[in-house]
Amino acid sequence: MNDAILTVSHITKRFGTIVANEDISFSLGKGEIVALLGENGAGKTTLMSILFGHYVADSGTIEVFGKKLVEGSPRASLKAGVGMVHQHFTLAGNMGVLENIMLGTESLTCLKSNPGKAKKKLNALMERFGLTVNPKALVKDLSVGEQQRVEILKVLYRDARILILDEPTAVLTPQESDSLFETLSHLVKEGLSVIFITHKMREVLAASHRCIVLRRGRVVFASETCKTNAKTLARAMVGSDLPKIFRQRQIPGKEVLSLRDITLVDKNGKKSLTGLNLSLKSNQILGIAGVSGNGQSQLADMISGLVPTYEGQILLDSKVVSHISPRRMITEGVGRIPDDRTGTGLISDMSVMENVASKDYGQFPFSKRGLLQFKAIAARANRLVKKFDVRCPGIDTQVRQLSGGNMQKLILARELSGSPRIILANQPTWGLDVGAASHVHRQLLKAAEDGAGVLIISEDLDELFQVADKICVMYHGRLSDSQDADSVDRAHLGLIMSGQAAFHDGEKNET
Amino acid sequence: MDLMGFFMETGFWMACIRMATPLIFGTLGELICERAGVLNLGIEGIMAAGCMGGWMWVYLGGSLWTGIVFAAFIGAVFGLLHAGFTVFLGLSQHVTGLGITLLGSSLSAYVFRMLLPKATTPPKIVPFQALEIPFLGDIPFLGEIFFSQTALTYLALAAIIFVAFVLFKTPLGLALRMVGENPMAVEAQGLNVFYLRTLAVCAGSAMMAVGGAFLTMSAFDAYYIGMVNGRGWICIALVVFSSWKPFKALAGCLLFAAFDAIQMRVQQQAGMAIPYQFYLMLPYVFSIVALVIMSRKAAYPNALLIPFRKGER
Amino acid sequence: MRLELRENTSIPRLTAAILIAVGVAMAVCSVLIIWAGASPIEGWHLMIKGALGSRFALSETLTRATPLIFTGLAAAVAFRAKLWNIGGEGQFYIGACVAVLLGTRGANLSPLVMIPYLFAAGAIAGGLFLLVPTLLKTYLNVDEVVTTLLLNFVVLLFVNWLVFGPWKDPMSMGWPQSAPVVDAAMLPILLAKTRLHLGFAVAVLSAVFVWWFMAYTTWGFEMRAVGAGLKASTFAGMPITRTIVRTALLSGGLAAMAGVSELCGVKGYLTTDLSPGFGYTGIVVAMLAALNPLGIVASAIFVAIIYIGADFMSRAINISNYIADVTTAVSLLSVLMAVFLTKYRIKRG
Repeated sequence: MNDAILTVSHITKRFGTIVANEDISFSLGKGEIVALLGENGAGKTTLMSILFGHYVADSGTIEVFGKKLVEGSPRASLKAGVGMVHQHFTLAGNMGVLENIMLGTESLTCLKSNPGKAKKKLNALMERFGLTVNPKALVKDLSVGEQQRVEILKVLYRDARILILDEPTAVLTPQESDSLFETLSHLVKEGLSVIFITHKMREVLAASHRCIVLRRGRVVFASETCKTNAKTLARAMVGSDLPKIFRQRQIPGKEVLSLRDITLVDKNGKKSLTGLNLSLKSNQILGIAGVSGNGQSQLADMISGLVPTYEGQILLDSKVVSHISPRRMITEGVGRIPDDRTGTGLISDMSVMENVASKDYGQFPFSKRGLLQFKAIAARANRLVKKFDVRCPGIDTQVRQLSGGNMQKLILARELSGSPRIILANQPTWGLDVGAASHVHRQLLKAAEDGAGVLIISEDLDELFQVADKICVMYHGRLSDSQDADSVDRAHLGLIMSGQAAFHDGEKNET
Repeated sequence: MDLMGFFMETGFWMACIRMATPLIFGTLGELICERAGVLNLGIEGIMAAGCMGGWMWVYLGGSLWTGIVFAAFIGAVFGLLHAGFTVFLGLSQHVTGLGITLLGSSLSAYVFRMLLPKATTPPKIVPFQALEIPFLGDIPFLGEIFFSQTALTYLALAAIIFVAFVLFKTPLGLALRMVGENPMAVEAQGLNVFYLRTLAVCAGSAMMAVGGAFLTMSAFDAYYIGMVNGRGWICIALVVFSSWKPFKALAGCLLFAAFDAIQMRVQQQAGMAIPYQFYLMLPYVFSIVALVIMSRKAAYPNALLIPFRKGER
Repeated sequence: MRLELRENTSIPRLTAAILIAVGVAMAVCSVLIIWAGASPIEGWHLMIKGALGSRFALSETLTRATPLIFTGLAAAVAFRAKLWNIGGEGQFYIGACVAVLLGTRGANLSPLVMIPYLFAAGAIAGGLFLLVPTLLKTYLNVDEVVTTLLLNFVVLLFVNWLVFGPWKDPMSMGWPQSAPVVDAAMLPILLAKTRLHLGFAVAVLSAVFVWWFMAYTTWGFEMRAVGAGLKASTFAGMPITRTIVRTALLSGGLAAMAGVSELCGVKGYLTTDLSPGFGYTGIVVAMLAALNPLGIVASAIFVAIIYIGADFMSRAINISNYIADVTTAVSLLSVLMAVFLTKYRIKRG
């Protein structure tokens, strides 16, 4: 582990006025696993994107196997032996696994492609590293875990010696994560080197040889993993001790939302929700855990009113709702925080003021006889921007100019301002830094104290443990029994998440 | 009206394939662009430019085949312009395409008027002649239909096979298809999304221009302004109809040309019972109907209309 | 190469960018004038003179701008809501047909009744006509770009049939044209001894109305929101289908009003060359104004200057008046680029 095969020296990168990376240097040895730790926005992904050639650094150099790396070219990085598994997989869903892997490996001027040869090589790789996928399958038919395997195979297929993984466990169950780390240790035994990006301390301690902590674009801490501990890392990452979220247990009140035997069939005839049951009480925060793609987005769409046809019953305040629509849900007092801020939550080409008004512009006093009342709209927008601490030059600013955290605050401002009875928060802190995330958590806790029933869908178990009263797991379109957040066992949740433990107490699991 | 009679006539089928030729070029060209994720509404203007450019080349003394090359070159230049706006800058593909169409059509008209200011009756060239393929052309019926066309028609049929082969059997084709499905995947595999898309748009536009050139250099022998007459738009409908597959595109073009040929024959036979304008409407109406039928299940390339911007994800 | 988002773009800056772009376009087109053997300065001078040099020239320019304001507004309204209505040409003729259908009879109506009646009827017909591709888009996912484009050809052939067939005026000495509308249907002339008619005033008022409608009404707000973010608008509970239908009615209606105005204001009867592509040019007009309804009045006048001036220039020097089409097309592309540059800056890396 002594001779460095990758040396990064003095990398600096700015985007406009924001410094994403400042004077970063580190090295990677042969057969080493290095964890790059840092909260969202610390500059980890930027650094790795420079390494892989998506970006060009403003200054600094990168050497791979003693040779200077050509900047700004993924092709050069691949050629030098650097491969990257992106957090958002770079796969084409409508195409086969083999096609995705072969892309770019043959010369473009080559007259005929040779899938037979490629398949042979792929099979050999799969056998050697114990990673199996069906080469003929369409990528969109694979599970998330399998897709990640395709991504890793893609990199191995190009004979990479250095493997970069960006938040590889974000979409995996704890068990799948364990198996990923097993694969990684297998890889380093074969002489490869690995860098993985994460913000989870546990993974750093369990799987890395060395760790580097980034904060605000700088390396603030580096150590051999065995010589450090979680507390030191956390302090390095946040700059202070983790802010403790103060959670007061509430006594749940009456039921405000209930879903009974909900089944949802998409237009291809595939069931995304099957016989789902859910009950949410006022003053309660219910967390829904699970690996993405198990029906969470459909559940969120449903409660947002975006799904017009379904089987089963939805009850609001114990009354059956016959027809749902976004408008209906808004008038019923459902505050909805979607996972896609720029596409669904906000209209990024419109102003802050217009976005605040986007769901009640039709009501008095914001409009009269079909005419918008800008005075009332602006007054409220100014009030909410102040109250929810949305940092923007003015309410006329276009939303696209805001940072992710401020966008989320803006959504909270709009959705929570009407004191909703029910709040649906889908991945509410995704991509936010610790400060913004804890702001979001505080708002949600406060809403629950004030009597709302809050539903949080998250892939991050830690988040749910922090804020939820009860946690249940979503798997294959169904919801497990909810359990007290204080007493539930993480490993057990993991088993349910991967379908290996019983769904309901005293029931044998069918899958 | 003896509809069955037409189908027995070789003349009808020959007309059919002849009329399908410009559509085949246009549809294939658009198909390549869309497979790579770029809608090219410039097609109408690019066809007009190829139509005028190829003809003018020959009229000014060039040979027929260099005229075709010249038309293709003009098409590629317009394609480059379209790619510059839509691929590199990521501007609206709709608006840019319409701009290209306006530019292509008006520039062709302007150049034609400037080079031939005094022409009252459209001047003529000697177009491509029917080229009978030995032996194959002697096969009764089928041979006559397929193997006594002009060289450009053979080129169109060969182009289908060529495009299908490139798209589905070569590494380049894989990259082109992938860039229309998920450009990030292409970038992550070390290929240049911008160059690939530009290549596709230029190649596609060159084919469209050749389709336009067919009108003045093979189907007819003169150029007049407004000659393309909506054929480009029809090609866009045919691309959807063909589900972005070259051989289905051939089927679509032939079917369409058959309808066109039928309406012409019926029109001749029926005389004035139904005004001729209604027959002339049929191609457009058919295109709309074809779109309506196919659109519900149409699986557009995933990244169509979405610009790729480096570092935005 | 990398694109970097700029901070908010101000209206003056946008205007300046558009003006510079138009200048660039004219510089590019100078090459075509040089090719014709004339000096570009002389050429552009002739163009300005021909379009603005006299009271009559100015009135001709404004007359030409009238239909362009309508079709420009039609395109702008639709494009704002991301409804790609390229069928302005067809809707124009629908409006003109309605004007002939209703305007050739009812001689005893007062112009005060007749003119609003024709505009209203034309607008309704044009709106309903655009509704067909719009509903196909909404319910069957049929691309409206292609359907609206193809319908232009269908309508033009239909008009062709009308003026060669059932509507052919027996008094026209064999020319393919309809009977003229009654006098009460003819739009009054605004400026004596010119062709500038009431339609221009209606067009300008329409522009003001559309500006006000888009900015101050809830329906206008919905249209802008649906165009800027369909998913987010759906999520916010806006009535999407109703908004799209309203957009189609407004857009189609405006394009059809161009037809009514042109027919009742200039010619008085229907021919197949009533519009030299006003529907398509309207798209350019809308884009030159960056879809701003008030800007459309200015950009329509600009485009009209180019067309009227080019006619004058082509008579004065040996140059084809197709230079007008080329200039507008080049202007469109260069304004697109300019508007883009006000939003992004291009950087290395």
